[in-house]
Amino acid sequence: MGHYLLRRLLIALPSLIGISVVLFTVLALAPGDPFSEMVQNPNVPPEAVANLRAQFGMDDPVWQRYFRWAWAMLNGNWGFSFISRIDVDQLILGRLPVTLVVIGASQVLALLIALPVGVISAARPYSWFDRIASTFALIGFSLPTFFTGLLLILLFSIKLDWLPFVFRADISATGWEWWRQNILQAIMPVTVLGLLQGASWTRYVRSAMLDVIRLDYVTTARSKGLREYAVIMKHVVRNALIPVVTLVALTMPQVFGGAIVTEQIFRVPGIGSLLIDAILRNDTPVIMAVTFVFACLVILFNLIADVLYGWLDPRISYR
Amino acid sequence: MKEAELRALIEDVRTEKLPRRRFIERLVGLGLTAPMASMLLMHAGVAQSQPAPVYKPTKRGGGGALKTLWWQGPTLLQPHFANGTKDQEGSRVFYEPLAVWDNDGNLVPILAAEIPTPQNGGVLEGGKVVRWRLKKGVTWHDGKPFTADDVVFTWEYARDPASACVTIGVYKDVTVTKVDDLTVLVSFKKPTPFWATAFVAAEGAIIPKHLFGPYAGAKSRDAPTNLKPVGTGPYVFVDFKPGDIVLGAINKNYHMPNRPYFDTIEMKGGGDATSAARAVLQTGEYDYAWNLQVEDEVLKRMESGGKGKAHIVPGGDIEFLQVNITDPWTEVDGERGSVKSKHFAFSDPKVREAMSLLCDKKSMQEFIYGRTGFATANFMNNPERFRSKNTKWEFNIDKANALLDGAGWKRGADGIREKGGKKMKFVYQTSINGTRQKEQAIVKQAAQKAGIDLELKSVSASVFFSSDVANPDTYGKFWADIQMYTTTMTAPDAERFMDQYKSEEISQKANKWSGRNICRYVSAEYDKLAAAGSSELDPVKRAAIYIKMNDMVVNEFIVIPLISRPRVRGGNLKLVTTLSGWDLDFSALQNWYRESSPG
Repeated sequence: MGHYLLRRLLIALPSLIGISVVLFTVLALAPGDPFSEMVQNPNVPPEAVANLRAQFGMDDPVWQRYFRWAWAMLNGNWGFSFISRIDVDQLILGRLPVTLVVIGASQVLALLIALPVGVISAARPYSWFDRIASTFALIGFSLPTFFTGLLLILLFSIKLDWLPFVFRADISATGWEWWRQNILQAIMPVTVLGLLQGASWTRYVRSAMLDVIRLDYVTTARSKGLREYAVIMKHVVRNALIPVVTLVALTMPQVFGGAIVTEQIFRVPGIGSLLIDAILRNDTPVIMAVTFVFACLVILFNLIADVLYGWLDPRISYR
Repeated sequence: MKEAELRALIEDVRTEKLPRRRFIERLVGLGLTAPMASMLLMHAGVAQSQPAPVYKPTKRGGGGALKTLWWQGPTLLQPHFANGTKDQEGSRVFYEPLAVWDNDGNLVPILAAEIPTPQNGGVLEGGKVVRWRLKKGVTWHDGKPFTADDVVFTWEYARDPASACVTIGVYKDVTVTKVDDLTVLVSFKKPTPFWATAFVAAEGAIIPKHLFGPYAGAKSRDAPTNLKPVGTGPYVFVDFKPGDIVLGAINKNYHMPNRPYFDTIEMKGGGDATSAARAVLQTGEYDYAWNLQVEDEVLKRMESGGKGKAHIVPGGDIEFLQVNITDPWTEVDGERGSVKSKHFAFSDPKVREAMSLLCDKKSMQEFIYGRTGFATANFMNNPERFRSKNTKWEFNIDKANALLDGAGWKRGADGIREKGGKKMKFVYQTSINGTRQKEQAIVKQAAQKAGIDLELKSVSASVFFSSDVANPDTYGKFWADIQMYTTTMTAPDAERFMDQYKSEEISQKANKWSGRNICRYVSAEYDKLAAAGSSELDPVKRAAIYIKMNDMVVNEFIVIPLISRPRVRGGNLKLVTTLSGWDLDFSALQNWYRESSPG
């Protein structure tokens, strides 16, 4: 096991280097300029912009910039934002709590929907419940978030005036009022994301269940005279969940990566909106840091999923 | 407009035959800025009109929260590092300049005790030295007194190239000296008719010496105050998340009586213009929204919600066409669009004139912009026309056809005109933006009727407006026949705006296409005027020169102005703002309040 882990980690290293090289080169080759707004402004003399470029080392060749970045990253320095003129880790840390809460809550919501609905659907395949659930699941994952988001805003904010549609990370109220306001403003973004994720997970849970439910040992359990509830919960769900756990683990990096579209619609100050702003403003250090951290998390959670898989199913061995 | 006419007009204002406001409107129509027109009057000894803003609240605070939406949130709060307006606005909540421009182009004192004028001895040696008296008893948010040392320090800080300030252009050529604790002298190298640049408006914010002092020069990026501003403004700093939110609370020691009205201020960033308009106009969730680039029809529909209304503030933004007089398609001396080359069609002024006749500005205004844009018929034209209600600019396909026939362009079998084997096919580029693509379609339709085939090209805004030397599609390279965008008169003084078509400003390979003369217009007369304008001491003569320079580029159809675009902001029905088209939205933030009943 330890040997396996070590080998996997060693394999991860070149992939990380590869990813960082690709990211850096693509960003360096991409058109655009973080100071374009200034270049357009005739009152800002070109020297001032040239000065800034020099200060941020933007005129050096790409490979030099890459090594400087890589060395700084190794030393824990994530870079310095061109646009905000502060350290990138500070920017990311400022966005992290909201992202974790909103995306985390939506994943929990998704699980809360997917598990029971998927299990019940599979237990009674092609029943009315299964048909209705399947229809909704199909609609759920076919509708893009920008559509469902706008729909919810139109209904709950504009027609009914129940929920605010601008998400604020700084709510000055205290005590219960603080909780109330936070929950109210989180309802729509969490629902939008949760339903989308929940719909696709429902399908996975259902099909994983159906794969297991046909197996002989389930028939044996039934013929033993066990109650149906015990058969499903103890014998089927447990085994069916193995692939689902892997799947959920693999989507975990998303919790950190944020949800670009939904965050933009509801003005949630998450990492997704930080990333898209940085891209629009060509703030390379921020783009680099966010995407690279995201890449690291994907690799890490892949590894965790693999390890989990073996732990859940001892038949899988590590060699 | 000649110098004599200008003088006569100024005299009319002095003798009160012409209202001050009309004078300013007229000069704005000539392509000058309101602040510049106002400075002309000031030099002539006409007192500024001081329309004391109606401010009803009789005590400080008690107004609750002021919630504003900026779909581009501020990314930093150091006014001298500002990447754009959004950052200047965010900084302006906390920092203040000595004076700001109001909507009529008046200078209004903020940290200054009075506006310097030749009459009160504030403007000396014809504008070579300006003496600013500072307001007494102003304190920084941390309680330290505000003095002349802070003003001098701000100058030293901003002019130091190592600080990497974007305001360096304003401060590098002036000298600031302290006379006493409440007086500073700003000296220019030569008499400067338009002296209200340093310490005025967006680029004039004063920063505290005691906090930034240790971080001047190369250490500028490490100053903790960069992120936690301490200024003299109406609100004190509470919290800031770059790109997301700026929070401020009432400054209990603010230096103006009964101000500010609101207890807290919030600037929320992110999202898009349409949903910002919705939050202010339709649901009333927010009080104020910046820059609503939304179609007028949509705005009107939202306004019918009855929560807010759109404020339309005239300013200096003009959507215009540039016509390439060089050849963008063949390389001459290793560069496309070289000054040495000639455009196969546009080098003929008749063809350019025909092009301008094909711009249906009226349809653009009616069908695209509505209240949010006006056809700029006479902008930069003579005053007779400007005065006339019956606008003289023409949309006339027949006349364009006649001009092209006369210039020897004959229609071919396919209906496209040609001359000497060259077909009239032009590439017409602009940035990707719904409105712009509609404008392109309007021009294309008319051009087709005149036998001109326009190929419409739209480039992503982040590429089009970048200074990327390697990219062929930037507006600075202008490797197309026609291009369109909005030019902004960012500075209150028109000099930098007016001299952009000088030949030394030509955008070309030698200066990495950073020159501002993008049309690559070369005119010895224009250059001479530009030189004369920059050294002219008499403000009236100077204004006359700039008007003439503008007439040249417009009448030679190097640029074709289309639509004058006012600023569009959204405000709650009860919110009373003092917006200026010549300064920041927050330039008079201290005067904002909420009516108790909708007025």
